[in-house]
Amino acid sequence: MNKVKNTSLHARKKRKLTNESIWGYIFILAPLLVFLLFTLYPILDAFIISFQKFKPLKTEWVGLENYTKTFKSSLFYQSLINTVVYTGITVPLSMLMSFVISILIVPLTKKKQNFFKAAYYLPAIASGVALSFVWKWIYDPLPSGLLNRLVSFFGVDNQNWLGSSNTAMFSLILMALLSSHGSTIIIYIAALLGIDNSYYESADIDGATFFEKIRYIVLPLVKPTTVFLLITSVIGSFQVFQNAYLMTGGGPDNKTTMVGLLIFNNAFKYFEYGQASAQALILTVIIGIFTFVQFKITGDNVEY
Amino acid sequence: MALYKSYSKNEKGKQYLRNGLIMTLLAILALATLFPIYYMIMSSFGAPVESGAASYSLIMKNPTLDSYKFFFAYSKYSLRWILNSFIVAGAVTVSNVIFATAAGYAFSKLRFAGNKLLFSLLLVAMMIPYQVTQVPLYILVVNVLKIDNTYTALIAPGLVSAYNVFLAKQFIGSLPTEIIEASKIEGCSQFKLLTKIIMPLSKTVMAVMAINTFMNSWNTFFWPFLVTKTENMQTIQVGLKNFSFANTTYFAPMMAGATVSALPMFILFFMLQKYFLEGVTVGAVKG
Repeated sequence: MNKVKNTSLHARKKRKLTNESIWGYIFILAPLLVFLLFTLYPILDAFIISFQKFKPLKTEWVGLENYTKTFKSSLFYQSLINTVVYTGITVPLSMLMSFVISILIVPLTKKKQNFFKAAYYLPAIASGVALSFVWKWIYDPLPSGLLNRLVSFFGVDNQNWLGSSNTAMFSLILMALLSSHGSTIIIYIAALLGIDNSYYESADIDGATFFEKIRYIVLPLVKPTTVFLLITSVIGSFQVFQNAYLMTGGGPDNKTTMVGLLIFNNAFKYFEYGQASAQALILTVIIGIFTFVQFKITGDNVEY
Repeated sequence: MALYKSYSKNEKGKQYLRNGLIMTLLAILALATLFPIYYMIMSSFGAPVESGAASYSLIMKNPTLDSYKFFFAYSKYSLRWILNSFIVAGAVTVSNVIFATAAGYAFSKLRFAGNKLLFSLLLVAMMIPYQVTQVPLYILVVNVLKIDNTYTALIAPGLVSAYNVFLAKQFIGSLPTEIIEASKIEGCSQFKLLTKIIMPLSKTVMAVMAINTFMNSWNTFFWPFLVTKTENMQTIQVGLKNFSFANTTYFAPMMAGATVSALPMFILFFMLQKYFLEGVTVGAVKG
């Protein structure tokens, strides 16, 4: 008697489970298909393409040639250096700037906070193409160009901002700094507002100054946010392509050719699909190593 | 705010001074951030003359809509570009919100074999740089499926993103399981549960996903640039780029085009500011 009851319960449980799992599969079907067709298949294909040389009629198998060529190409190393320089300046500066701005915003009333959040975030919603137009005109090389007029005010000579190898990288960095800190600021403000007031109160009792509070309370408590922002910004910055493509085309003299742009050019300008895929896979490994190292350095007390 | 020193009543002057300084500093930085956008909109009302004759003024003089007329007269498809952008971004947004919410529910609340494994596969998809998939994806769409220059090519790869599934899973995972159990006892089918219980409770994350997805899709340049061949299939971002190539010296019309391309996002932003700003933090900060 007891046994029968048990099996029927078991059967019911099993039937319920199948019903639930069938719906589970139905609900994930669309993302799964999109993933298989537009992510997994392309990733596997990228490996295959990286061992091939693309020809319109018959694609040739070339072994490791695309990889050896890449490691021998001075342009690849230059583009890597460019990317590291761009990332190494843009990411820390942008984070520092955003942190300072967030610290300045938090004591304001909710209304003012929202106003400044919106103001700093606005450039992030305009399209990269539209922004690149405006910045091109700000960097106009003629004396009537906006930035040239601004610097002449300080006695600096006329500059060919995007066209000279001395200033092209600087120009891309300045543009990135002034148009992409919106989301970083908002994330920092959220983290700052999450710090419990009791920390400050006990610091006040100890007679801590403003900067001591920043150093010993704020910085340690927003560290998870800082690590998160650092890692995601570095990953994003390593893939940067659009601004260099639209603003300088990688010039002058490849001074602003980022890895992302190099891969794009190899793929869609020279139709060297094999090279482009090999370089993209190398870039993936480099990003992976950088992310791993950052995790190690910053400690692993970060939760997601 | 106790991070800052609190002043006593007879030091009100000092406090006003400090807050005034903070506001001034913030305002200067905000002006520098907003300047390019101000400059874009302001210059778009200038006359459509070649750059040698353009004024480069910082304030608006004799505003005219001629540059907008110039921009729209450049191609008979310029309105079509905007329509295409709306079709693509709209379709991608609707499908992302529906599919990501359903999948987020399944991954967080339903038991089925392979749940964890399949979800971690999706996470891998988020970590692969797009440079890896761009060439194979291009070959797939253009050479294998031969669907380049169609709405399908513009929409299909973006139907539902791994990131949105991740967001939905995080959000729905935090909903109390008792609600679902109670509905099940009342004989609610899983489909009904999703549409009648889960979706109404997930309005916030659905709104955030909708806005982020629409914005990304509207602003995306790279993929439509690769897979559209004729002007009538281009989106506004691609059309804008082509316009600028053909009219490099026409400053004000270029700014008019840029304003046209950014305007729908600005309007959305001012209507739904709360969700825009919430959307930034939703994936980043826990709780």
